[in-house]
Amino acid sequence: MNSDNKKCNFHYSARRAVNFAALGASLLSALFGIFFLFWILKDVVVSGFPAINAAFFTELPSPPGVEGGGLANALLGTLMITVIATVIGVPSGILAGTYLSEYGRKSRFAFAVRFLSDILVSAPSIVVGVFVYAILVKPFKGFSAIAGAVSLAIIMLPVVVRTAEEMLKLVPDSTREAALALGAPHWKVTVHIVYRGALRGIITGVMLAVARVSGETAPLLFTSFNNSFWNFKLTEPTATLTVSIFNYAMGPYEDWHQKAWGAALLITVLVLSITIISRLIVRGRTQQ
Amino acid sequence: MNNNHEKNKIIISGLSFFYGAKQALRNINLDIKENEVTALIGPSGCGKTTFLRCLNRMHDLYPESRYEGEIVLDGKNILEKDIDLIKLRSKVGMVFQKPTPFPMSVFDNIAFGLKLNGIKNRAELSARVEKALRDSALWDEIKDRLNESALSLSGGQQQRLCIARAVAVEPEVILMDEPCSALDPMATAKIEDLMTDLKKSYTVVIVTHNMQQAARVSEYTDFFMMGETLEFDRTQKIFTAPSNKMTENYITGRFG
Ligand SMILES: Nc1ncnc2c1ncn2[C@@H]1O[C@H](COP(=O)(O)OP(=O)(O)O)[C@@H](O)[C@H]1O
Ligand SMILES: [Mg+2]
Repeated sequence: MNSDNKKCNFHYSARRAVNFAALGASLLSALFGIFFLFWILKDVVVSGFPAINAAFFTELPSPPGVEGGGLANALLGTLMITVIATVIGVPSGILAGTYLSEYGRKSRFAFAVRFLSDILVSAPSIVVGVFVYAILVKPFKGFSAIAGAVSLAIIMLPVVVRTAEEMLKLVPDSTREAALALGAPHWKVTVHIVYRGALRGIITGVMLAVARVSGETAPLLFTSFNNSFWNFKLTEPTATLTVSIFNYAMGPYEDWHQKAWGAALLITVLVLSITIISRLIVRGRTQQ
Repeated sequence: MNNNHEKNKIIISGLSFFYGAKQALRNINLDIKENEVTALIGPSGCGKTTFLRCLNRMHDLYPESRYEGEIVLDGKNILEKDIDLIKLRSKVGMVFQKPTPFPMSVFDNIAFGLKLNGIKNRAELSARVEKALRDSALWDEIKDRLNESALSLSGGQQQRLCIARAVAVEPEVILMDEPCSALDPMATAKIEDLMTDLKKSYTVVIVTHNMQQAARVSEYTDFFMMGETLEFDRTQKIFTAPSNKMTENYITGRFG
């Protein structure tokens, strides 16, 4: 009895030790990731904050070497290009994901689409930029906001396709069967039941895709390029925050470096607020 | 198969079913009487679910499946290629083994089916939802929770909601695949009461693993083995004087 007890105790402490080690290791890994995130955030906030003032949001960039001015046109350009990219990339991505999950499934064509979008996900964004340069910039003889938006939409597309598919697949087949068993046509099952169940995941996926492309620089260098002035035309070169960061950080002036940090802070806050707002929307909906 | 005065709702003859190359049902012949409860019993994997899903052509979702033989519902063979599956399924409703609530409110779960049938008027929808919930003995329990997500209900309530949903669209036949297998005895008792009520207006086919349940709720029982019907008769006869030794062994719990 006594020795049995001891054996038990031994097993128990061994399991506790393993449990402790596993917990410790995973905690450390989590801290490791979070540590860098906070380091970056800290740098961005500390260095970027001094650059933020009213002029930053309202004024155009001042000529090289002249202090002051702002990045109002770049802020507008980023919003414009991101919104247009979203309008192009998200609906087509969701529809393609719907095809894969609800219609194509195991068909050959669906396999091909999945395979190609996986390749597209890992395609370097600069390659996408060069591609759009070749099809939209060169032939129309000029950089343009629309070309920038198309390149971001192409980068977004495979991410949206695959997350939409994954999220739709999380809705169990038994739910689809139950709706079909009531005599619902396939498309109604998809629109009214499956989308409803996958809504939260799809919104999150879309937000992640938007967040990802709003930080892209390389493809924009080849497509929307830059502009020192206001631009409201889709067919003209357009300034963006990310390209401005690139230019200013490379430049020789201390004031430019400041502006680059400020733009970095702004884009970070933008992405963060998109994410938070989408979370709030989703939470509000599910509580209904 | 005495009592010919009862009308046959579904006549199944020579039904075989294949999952790809695998045959799951062999030459089944069976009559399902109108406005009665018919129970399907038999050991796991003998093909009860497969059989049930033939009756509303649920297998059609999966392209490798193949039917042979005839299932005649109200004089029409529903295995014919040109049959309208949407019409068929609104006539033959189904309740699944696990509750299948839709990811939406309790109200919308039932309204979904009603809207399919063209009911758009808000007042009429409300009235029909209430009736369906009352009919499935769920109204008093959840009348204050109609706008909550159906996923927040308990398992037993979810299953009764699924029954309410199936009943709300007023099908003629209701198929139930072990509807109580995941439920506690209280919830099971409620659903059994419900089935007894249902047969007044519906033809019910139920799969069950619970012999007492089959005996309590059904008028006819079909005993399945390895994809074949071993014995089909009045429930009372099957449970008191089965003509097949296997049936007797199964019912008395010697295998299965
Ligand atoms: N989707 C499927 N593909 C292939 N075989 C299946 C499938 N579903 C069921 N089966 C097989 O068909 C037989 C009958 O299964 P099922 O109808 O589920 O039995 P029961 O409901 O009586 O337990 C079993 O041998 C099972 O393995
Ligand atoms: Mg089964």
